[in-house]
Amino acid sequence: MKIVLNGEPREVRAETLGELLAECGFSGRVATAVNEEFVPSGLRLAHKLAEGDRVEVVAPMQGG
Amino acid sequence: MKTFYGTELPNPLMLGTAQYPSPAILEQAFRTSGAGVATVSLRREGAGGAGQAFWSMIRDLGVLILPNTAGCHTVKEAVTTAHMAREVFDTPWIKLELIGHTDSLQPDVFQLVEAARILTDEGFQVFPYTTEDLIVAERLLAAGCQVLMPWGAPIGSGRGLNNEYALRAMRAEFPDVPLVVDAGIGLPSHAAHAMELGYDAVLLNTAVARAGDPVAMARAMALAVQAGQLAHQADPIEPRDMAEPSTPVIGKAFLS
Repeated sequence: MKIVLNGEPREVRAETLGELLAECGFSGRVATAVNEEFVPSGLRLAHKLAEGDRVEVVAPMQGG
Repeated sequence: MKTFYGTELPNPLMLGTAQYPSPAILEQAFRTSGAGVATVSLRREGAGGAGQAFWSMIRDLGVLILPNTAGCHTVKEAVTTAHMAREVFDTPWIKLELIGHTDSLQPDVFQLVEAARILTDEGFQVFPYTTEDLIVAERLLAAGCQVLMPWGAPIGSGRGLNNEYALRAMRAEFPDVPLVVDAGIGLPSHAAHAMELGYDAVLLNTAVARAGDPVAMARAMALAVQAGQLAHQADPIEPRDMAEPSTPVIGKAFLS
């Protein structure tokens, strides 16, 4: 299915957010949001993705 | 000594982690200055996992972590970012930034108060980046904030304390609230000035990270906040208009 991952359109096999992270090689400390709503790490495996979902995966970064 | 949501700072210097020439220089700046708090952010993770390397470096510094909501313009965006930050950084602390104006990066204080209330209700310990407005400060405290972080000058401007009068008034109005001058510091003298006014900490980033020698500047800032804090505790004299001789007049030899 087609989703938008961090602003980039992607064709993915994953059906849940948890599978998507594995498929795209994300690991370690990341946080996720789908369609602008926070999805806690404990709910990623159960969170079903839908065509056109906008997924954000963020990680620690420098800041002021 | 005032605490920040129950935590005593080892040092009144809070240092940002952005814009350093290299991670090694960032690390040295922290170690040399002894800064007790590091501000950090969240950004989209790339395929290379850049965020993980940064995280392991920051964790090894052993400092307190204060994640920000930099760049957020709406309550919803800031609240969602705070939730993501709490999960990633494993802390209830959040430096709440709600930007209202693109050129000055002035906080949108109306949205700031609303977001502060929501986040406090959700268990966050909010460090609001605010203006020097006393009524906004009151509203933030009523919303549950136990720390206030008024700007000295616009972020990255290096102008020092633009409105000393207002910062002094804020200190006088809220004697028991931990206050931090956040943003606008350019020189150690600015940082010392904030501490001389009785502020409890100073948060800065650009002044150190963009200096020609960030490590030396970090040390200078650490010494400045220490000097300013000591000076405030030492009860400085009031300025006066006319001279007052410091050498005793009595006992001077009659020689003319």
